[in-house]
Amino acid sequence: MELTEAIVRAACALGAGLCMGIGAIGPAIGEGNAVGKALEGMARQPESTSNLRTNMLVGCAVAETTGIYSLVIALLLLFVF
Amino acid sequence: MQINGPKIYFTIPIFGGIPVTQTLLSSFVATLILCVTAFLLGRKLRKRPGRMQVMTEKGVTVMTNMVKEAMGEHNARWTPFIAAVFLSSLLGTLLGMTGILRSSTADISTTMTWAVLVSFICWYQSIKNNGFLAWLKGFTEPIAVMTPMNIVSEIAQPVSLAFRHFGNIAGGGVITALIYWALSGASAGILKLIASSSIAVPLVLLAAGVGLLPLSRPKAGGKRRKLPLLLGALCTALAGLRLLDWLWSLTGRAWPQMNGIVTGLCWFAALAVLVCGIVLLIGHKKLPGILLTALGFLGICFVSEGPMGVPVLTLGLPAVLSLYFDVFSGVIQAFVFSLLTMIYISGNCPPPEEGKSKA
Repeated sequence: MELTEAIVRAACALGAGLCMGIGAIGPAIGEGNAVGKALEGMARQPESTSNLRTNMLVGCAVAETTGIYSLVIALLLLFVF
Repeated sequence: MQINGPKIYFTIPIFGGIPVTQTLLSSFVATLILCVTAFLLGRKLRKRPGRMQVMTEKGVTVMTNMVKEAMGEHNARWTPFIAAVFLSSLLGTLLGMTGILRSSTADISTTMTWAVLVSFICWYQSIKNNGFLAWLKGFTEPIAVMTPMNIVSEIAQPVSLAFRHFGNIAGGGVITALIYWALSGASAGILKLIASSSIAVPLVLLAAGVGLLPLSRPKAGGKRRKLPLLLGALCTALAGLRLLDWLWSLTGRAWPQMNGIVTGLCWFAALAVLVCGIVLLIGHKKLPGILLTALGFLGICFVSEGPMGVPVLTLGLPAVLSLYFDVFSGVIQAFVFSLLTMIYISGNCPPPEEGKSKA
């Protein structure tokens, strides 16, 4: 393998790792907050559990979006370049 | 390990070549299934509904209520569109689990098409309700300096909608494929290790496996314990495979390759056992169902690869992962996609009296 190509491969691998690692921080904090608050609400009002759970799942899926973006970019770096 | 996009089957030589991909095929299959099901379900509607009609009506009511809740009473006419988006997204994702077709939503072009369609609907509704000039003026709100921001957010909306859905499904598929690859590699390594060992190792494994199995017997009133059962079954299976390999090596011949009538018949027999197991599982006969399924799976690998080619570790875990990544994630993403579609469209379809007072 030529040196430039090796450098590009290494940079892609490093970039994918960084992208996924840093990109997962935000969604993790966001989803943790959402689930924690939802659990608080469920503990306070057990009768609203089903409604809260549905909304929590949708909120989690939306909060996950930025994490998914970084996943897409990491996959591009690993498998396309 | 190769991760590929959808394969191109062939290219239709008009308009500079239209590629027919796996995505296109599964999209059309999903559309066809939905059309035929809808036609069959909506055909014989009676005053006194049968079982199917009750279920259909229940489903339609659920969809209508969902749309009414998210978009308001006056927007109930959007129900067919939202339901079509939801169902084709769900079915497109689940089709990937058949193993023959590829999920149509694991391709950016599918989700991007839907998202751009939603954007066009929003613009059309906005122009229809407020007029072209008012729509253009909407970009300069709240102040004229914000115009570039507004244009960027208008472009970012379909992009984020499309990438969220695509990334979830495609990423789940990639992770499942990676785990499957790693597990089959690991089990091949273990089998190689056992195959190169002396005959004493499988005997010890067999003893351990048979010894572990009774430990899983339920205590009085308790449940059957899973871990000893799994470990015992794994040890017994490994030992059995090694012993079979050893017995075969006594004949002094190589394992026959996958050709000839006998291996073909064996393969079909294993497939039949697998299908029987799945049918039993569906019929809620748990233990024989699981046994027959595992036996059929092992048999298929066994016939095609020989005793030492059976990927023992790949039984079970990928199924659980696929349950999360395909079923759960597919349902949630279909729901989120249609929910956001409803929110975007209803933002441009205000209630009638409010729309009049604005105009």
